[in-house]
Amino acid sequence: MTGYVLRRLGAAALVLWAAFTVSFAVLYLLPSDPVSIMLDAANPGGTVDPAQVAELSARYGFDRPPLEQYLVLLGQALTGDLGVSVSSGAPVSQLLADAFPQTLALTSVALGVALLLGGTIATLASWSRSTRLRGALLALPPLGVSMPTFWIGLLLLQLFSFRLPIFPAVGNQGVASLVLPAVTLAIPLSAVVAQVLARSMRTAWDAPYVETALAKGASRGRVQWRHVTRNAALPALTLLGIAVGNLLAGAVVVETVFSRAGFGGLVEKAVRAQDIPVVQGVVVVGALVFVVVNLVVDLAYPALDPRIARTPATA
Amino acid sequence: MTLVSQAPAAVTAPSVAPVPTPPVRPARRARHPFLRPGALASFAVVLVVLGWALAPGLFTAADPLVGVPADKLSPPSAAHWFGTDNLGRDLYARTVHGTGLSLQAALLALGLGLVVGAVAGLVAGYLGGVVDAVLMRTTDVLLAIPGLLLSLAVVTALGFGTLKVAIAVGVAEVATFARVMRAEVLRVRTTTYVEAAVLAGARRPAVLARHVLPNAAAPILVLATVQLGVVMLAVSSLSFLGFGAVPPTPEWGSLVAEGRNYLSVAWWFTTLPGLVIAALVLAANRLGHLLEGREHR
Repeated sequence: MTGYVLRRLGAAALVLWAAFTVSFAVLYLLPSDPVSIMLDAANPGGTVDPAQVAELSARYGFDRPPLEQYLVLLGQALTGDLGVSVSSGAPVSQLLADAFPQTLALTSVALGVALLLGGTIATLASWSRSTRLRGALLALPPLGVSMPTFWIGLLLLQLFSFRLPIFPAVGNQGVASLVLPAVTLAIPLSAVVAQVLARSMRTAWDAPYVETALAKGASRGRVQWRHVTRNAALPALTLLGIAVGNLLAGAVVVETVFSRAGFGGLVEKAVRAQDIPVVQGVVVVGALVFVVVNLVVDLAYPALDPRIARTPATA
Repeated sequence: MTLVSQAPAAVTAPSVAPVPTPPVRPARRARHPFLRPGALASFAVVLVVLGWALAPGLFTAADPLVGVPADKLSPPSAAHWFGTDNLGRDLYARTVHGTGLSLQAALLALGLGLVVGAVAGLVAGYLGGVVDAVLMRTTDVLLAIPGLLLSLAVVTALGFGTLKVAIAVGVAEVATFARVMRAEVLRVRTTTYVEAAVLAGARRPAVLARHVLPNAAAPILVLATVQLGVVMLAVSSLSFLGFGAVPPTPEWGSLVAEGRNYLSVAWWFTTLPGLVIAALVLAANRLGHLLEGREHR
């Protein structure tokens, strides 16, 4: 068990380091000249002052060779220093820490809604013997994954903020302001959850233990809860690890639609201003969330399915 | 289980007279999956959208860039199917004329992801060893960064515009294609015909091009149709955020964004262009999964 945990921790640290490296490669090596991009974004169309360029280059270390820049930045990142925002001058780690709680609230509520919605659709479709109901329920997920997130958000805004003034249209105040964004973010994920769960539940219904339980006189409802749902939950758990990263990315769009302060608003502004240190910080935090969630999922596996801890890890 | 299923086979020896089978209710003949109503509707949506992209002038006579200010924000009608925007421009015309750009961006992104991913997967799967390990760890990392965040990082580095958005989305797609291609190559390279080609003295590039690639290509092309929807959504999200086409040019994502400020007075402004995106993605997904199902059979 300790070996399993240590291996997972090591893999997580490796992925995090690699994400930092990839974001460095994309942000610092792709453009011909990050300094002029930053100056241009800060003052579009203005004349570029050579002294300003030299000063910025020296401040951000662009006058040094890429490898040296990389090592310096990596060293700083290891101590929790992700640099300074170009547009506001505030430390990136501070900006991220300020924005994160809002996004955390949004994504965790969305995750809960998605699990509830997707789980209900899959359970009903798997439990019901009416082919019509099952067909209708299983037609929903393909719809859910096809709608652009921003469009869902705008539709909900139109219906529940403007037509029927139930929820506030913008802002971060109170629980009511969280409802529409969370539902928007949850819909695509709930579709994926429903698809995966419905498939693994169908497999579980064909399993010998279900036949045994039915033969022993268990009702369909009892079999669904005690046997099918429990056994089908594991594949959906793996999916969650992947889905949380997408929730974070989806939050960028949703927070823009609902004009919420948070991670998404921060990224959107940073990309618009081509604020490279902030964007890199966001990418690294995105990878960090992905890694942490997957670590938790990996560590939760043996508790849920004792067979996993007994066999040596293959990956 | 195996014992039970083997038993009847032993019984039905040639000497035994055939047992009359109980009359079976003739099952309704299943329609070919491509001829079901959903699939036909999907084909129709894709055809119409392709028509919009290739010859927008055939579908609308209205000018997408010039509006009649007196008609501004008028609801959908016979004259303006999708209504008009805040400058009195016909939204149907803007949607039709925006199709070309949106579709080009999605196809470019898909092409980039497909080609780069397929080459990486091919090389990794065929060469194996250190090359494989390095390439696959790289794709692991690319998969660990949420796709949209990776695309946003690329957009930050490259700047704004439809072409750059397409590249950014394509970069985020590379890892998916590389994984599937590698898995296919690993399957194909152990087949006897590849072994035979190698033993017959064919060089590696020749074996790859003549034997491995054609036999590994089908699942990749199917994946491409499935990913088309994902790519469309990513491209339209980035252009919704304002990193794509510059304002007067119509483009699907930015059309929806333009309507954001008129949500309370003009429901059609955001709803109808967005509906077109959703319909195309739904159709592409449907057709992709049909192809995928055929592939598995």
